[in-house]
Amino acid sequence: MTLEGLEPGRSAIITAIRWDGIADGDAKRLRALGFDAGVDISVAHRGVFGGRDPLAVRLGRTTIALRRVHAMAISVEPA
Amino acid sequence: MTTPRTIALVGNPNAGKSALFNKLTGARQKIANYPGVTVERKAGRLVLGSGEPVELLDLPGSYAFDAASPDEEVTRKVVFGEQEGQRQPDVLVLVLDAANLEQHLVFAQEVIALGRPTVVALNMVDLAERDGLTLDPDSLGKALGAPVVPTVAVRRQGLEELLAAIDAAGGTDPGPRPSIGLTERRLEAKNIARAAILSRSKRALVASSLDKVLLNPWLGPLILFGLLFVVFQAVFAWADPFIALIEEATEWLAATVIATLPGGFVRDLITEGVIAGVGSVIVFLPQIVILFAFILVMEASGYLARAAFLMDRLMARIGLSGRSFIPLLSSFACAIPGIMATRSIADPKDRLTTILIAPLMTCSARLPVYAVIIAAVIPSATIGPGIGLQGLVLFALYVAGIVGAMAVALVLRRTVTAGEASGFIMEMPRYQWPRLRDLLIGLWQRSWVFLRRAGTIIFAATVILWLLLTFPKAEPGENQLDASFAGQIADTLQPAFEPIGFNREMTLALVPAMAAREVAVASLATTYAVEAENEEETESALRDQIAARWSLPTALAFLAWFVFAPQCLSTIAVARRETNGWKWPMFMLGYLFALAYVFAGVTYWLALAAGW
Repeated sequence: MTLEGLEPGRSAIITAIRWDGIADGDAKRLRALGFDAGVDISVAHRGVFGGRDPLAVRLGRTTIALRRVHAMAISVEPA
Repeated sequence: MTTPRTIALVGNPNAGKSALFNKLTGARQKIANYPGVTVERKAGRLVLGSGEPVELLDLPGSYAFDAASPDEEVTRKVVFGEQEGQRQPDVLVLVLDAANLEQHLVFAQEVIALGRPTVVALNMVDLAERDGLTLDPDSLGKALGAPVVPTVAVRRQGLEELLAAIDAAGGTDPGPRPSIGLTERRLEAKNIARAAILSRSKRALVASSLDKVLLNPWLGPLILFGLLFVVFQAVFAWADPFIALIEEATEWLAATVIATLPGGFVRDLITEGVIAGVGSVIVFLPQIVILFAFILVMEASGYLARAAFLMDRLMARIGLSGRSFIPLLSSFACAIPGIMATRSIADPKDRLTTILIAPLMTCSARLPVYAVIIAAVIPSATIGPGIGLQGLVLFALYVAGIVGAMAVALVLRRTVTAGEASGFIMEMPRYQWPRLRDLLIGLWQRSWVFLRRAGTIIFAATVILWLLLTFPKAEPGENQLDASFAGQIADTLQPAFEPIGFNREMTLALVPAMAAREVAVASLATTYAVEAENEEETESALRDQIAARWSLPTALAFLAWFVFAPQCLSTIAVARRETNGWKWPMFMLGYLFALAYVFAGVTYWLALAAGW
């Protein structure tokens, strides 16, 4: 499954990231923020007014906002 | 005398670098741009324990030397000694957030591997403790191979020790170390962080419980809009006593000058031109300070990033991202810092669109114009608890600017800046209490920019305007305004503005207002004062004049004009610098004037048709 489908509050491990599906600059930023295979991740918040975009995810001790398009490129395995 | 050594603060965004910088340098800061780029260079003087004065640089926050934004590129160049006109720092102070070691150690290893003399400031240890972390600085220092000093910048804790460590590190030459790839660095960061953390209790993080409310999909946006509404009401209501104080001071000053100087040209120039003109602009300082105070508190507390998160969905609809929200929000205070803040937007088309719509956000310079005209033509009625009609109209003008900006962005993203939608990736800083001292330094820097404008551009514009209004002298029986140069200029322009309901004084006010919008008020004050031969050119006198002379449709058309019109040369200048050419500022000028003309006209004719 992808990060997009991960239920909020549930912990997971990133299994793979489809980097070729993400624009160069965005990929650079995601890597620098610590997105990588093997990293623990969970979804903390989603969108406003019932929309599902963007997501706020917990990665280690940081909270990072990103959009669904990127979440869909990140494969996760619920812990 | 030799040039002082340079010490640079480097680290991730949100590591508390700026707070540390403020504490170390106090208010003795110099803010300028690096040559050739538009990245802010923050420098200050600092005296080490040995009595040696050094220059301290606050470099833009970075995640890696592999730069993803112009800010990060500057950090890399300065650290590597490649930045033109900037001495390579002699000592690097690596600032780490103690509560977020695992992430911050990734970039830290990259910095230390350079082999430059480096001192590590393990910052915000108090927040780490609040989150239940106890750290061992010595073991961290051993693992990194650099001295580590625990600090709490906001409480001056550990600063003496940090200065001593900087002094000691100066002579050392650790030499470069083998650099390793990103994935290895991340694993290593995890190991180092684990070894440095002595204990970790499972205390609930303050951030996550606050976020549950503030980022709640329904409550979050309501809280944000409620907050923005309070801000605008406060700007109008809280500033009153301070405005009264400034008005009294202006009157006193004018009276003193009249009592001291002999009557004649010089006295008239000083009282009617300078004091009345500049005074009617400075009167708005309290409102500007209140607006900036709210924005600075939101920024320092970490709420601004949450606001960006909440706004991303809406911004995505118009082809932008939540990242544009912060520059646009800053533009409510002034478009200049707003346009400069677009540097944090990595996507060039996103950035250009944000720059082009930034002037539509109602900046504080428009407040004087709005305030005087609203007070003159809108009754001061209350239509609910704490909601005044005047405040509501002001709110509506802000909304008009926002809606206009959204429509323009939508059109631009499909035409001149068409392209793929960009992403929104943003770290959300932890919540913190804003520190009064940092707040005051920020407020002072921004107020100073405004006062300097009042003292230079606005001063010059009011004096020139007064001269244009005073000469040539009217013949007996002739009206001074009709005879003056200014009246002649207004007469020439008047046919173009007549169809949208502008009278001649308004047309006259538009010309000097090109220098800065708030001059429109000074211009109206000077014009009416001259015409009425009235020595008391206070704001209330102007208000009465407007109330008596302007019809409601005319006043509303004037307000509509100022929602859109690009009445500020500094904004054009900054847009030219940020887009590297005249093409985009000229485009901005053109489309804004066209919008202003059309909307002022539509407003006038609709109001007329409604029988107001």
